[in-house]
Amino acid sequence: MSHPGHPVRPATPERDPGLQPERTRLAWRRTTLSCTVAAVLAGKQALHGGAGPLALVGAGLSVGLWLAFVVLANRRIHALAHARPAPMRKGTALGAAGITVGLAVFAVAVVR
Amino acid sequence: MRGQARTQASGWGLGHALTGRGQGAGRVRGVNGFVEALRLWFAPARVREEGETPDYRFSLANERTFLAWIRTALALVGGGFAVDQFLPDLSRGWRIALALALLVVGALCALRAVNHWVRCELAMRRGEDLPVSRFPALLALAVGLVALAMALVVLFGWAEG
Repeated sequence: MSHPGHPVRPATPERDPGLQPERTRLAWRRTTLSCTVAAVLAGKQALHGGAGPLALVGAGLSVGLWLAFVVLANRRIHALAHARPAPMRKGTALGAAGITVGLAVFAVAVVR
Repeated sequence: MRGQARTQASGWGLGHALTGRGQGAGRVRGVNGFVEALRLWFAPARVREEGETPDYRFSLANERTFLAWIRTALALVGGGFAVDQFLPDLSRGWRIALALALLVVGALCALRAVNHWVRCELAMRRGEDLPVSRFPALLALAVGLVALAMALVVLFGWAEG
């Protein structure tokens, strides 16, 4: 508690009694899982009509969106591994929402 | 506009400004509030200028709420994919209409998640009431309509088309 402005120390010496950082970390994990399901459905959709060049580009796009989310989530989870984590940055929120919208736009593009 | 928001901070609150409540100037304030919120989306540093940093636990709770909405959005988008892929017997029109409805609602849900997160974070920094929202009710209605449409499709066998 002595350095509230310096989130550089690991969570082990002192921890939140309500386990707030852990709960938030698990929320990111759950959301990553949801994103995985959506991305798998997107990939399946793209490859439905065979593995033509366009289908492969579509599948690659869904894999790319999923990877972007995993990287985003892991960076935030890493930042949460402190006793007093800093608030989420706006870019992280916009990124997560952007990937979700991206999957929706992708779905509209390949809807049959 | 920002100065105006500041001077109102004690009495009105951004929540009221954004939901356009109040008489007379309420609509103007609502539009201004929306533009203000939109600007704040893309100017991360500006949130830090407002008010005081809240307890980190409040910020984390706000973040988890945001993530729950993102999961809801992802589930809706996944549902859109699922309708398109796993209902091959459905007529093309119905299938595309249902899939598009779910996808559009999912995208709206994701965008609204960011907006609500920003507004809550700002309200906490300024020590105001948290913003109220009609969105959950609208989302419930939309999901109910999609469910009703699915039930009708199944019931009356509009599958062949």
